[in-house]
Amino acid sequence: MSVKLTTRQVGDVTVVDAVGRVTLGEGASVFRDTIRDLAASGHKKLLLNLAEVSYIDSSGIGEMVSGFTTVTNQGGAVKLLNLTKRVKDLLQITKLYTVFEVFDDEATAVRSFA
Amino acid sequence: MADNVGDSAWTVDHVLESTLDSVDRGEESVLKEAEALGFDEDDLHKIGISVRETLVNAVVHGNRYNNRKKVHLQILRGADRLTIVIADEGEGFDMSTIPDPLANENLLRHCGRGLLLIQAFMDEFQIRAREPNGTEVKMVKYLAKTG
Repeated sequence: MSVKLTTRQVGDVTVVDAVGRVTLGEGASVFRDTIRDLAASGHKKLLLNLAEVSYIDSSGIGEMVSGFTTVTNQGGAVKLLNLTKRVKDLLQITKLYTVFEVFDDEATAVRSFA
Repeated sequence: MADNVGDSAWTVDHVLESTLDSVDRGEESVLKEAEALGFDEDDLHKIGISVRETLVNAVVHGNRYNNRKKVHLQILRGADRLTIVIADEGEGFDMSTIPDPLANENLLRHCGRGLLLIQAFMDEFQIRAREPNGTEVKMVKYLAKTG
């Protein structure tokens, strides 16, 4: 199964709930296009909820980084919510844990954008 | 290259097309053998990602999706280890030209983390030029010793 993304607004923060696998091909493309479309339509406070993401490869990580760069360069922010242990491990190995703000609680994460 | 794989070796060979479908099929095949050998869920995930990254490199960077070039996957089940050898028929590459993905100036690069993940997840990793052309990667994961 590739990744399925749904978006919802919590105040001025757009929460992107991701379910499935983010790997080279359809999964990573959907991820990239969704973040770019949101940024292009003025959604500059993005919270990626990865609680149901079972698998990310280096292409998926690359798309997360690209999304982070795109939105940050436009004056916005991309933050991460509810990482599984496996995704957390990947971010630690790649040192991206030092780049992304990561939260375990949605309310706290939303407040951090204020 | 896959000469030392432990006792009771069981070998599976695949010749795969240079497509992303092959990446999925190759990963599935390796995971089937790894599961039969008794690896736990965490190790299966690490093996799966390592195989996926290597197959993607072979298809995308090695063979460049060229349908005349194949990807060679060999899976060897030893008594205490799983050995995986993946080779492409591309032009090869120089490891020293790959930017360090952990250097601060490279942290926000879009790509270049695949080899880092493989080296973190597998117990042994070797890469070499393949004759007459291409690149061959050998990686080994040992079963955790218990008792």
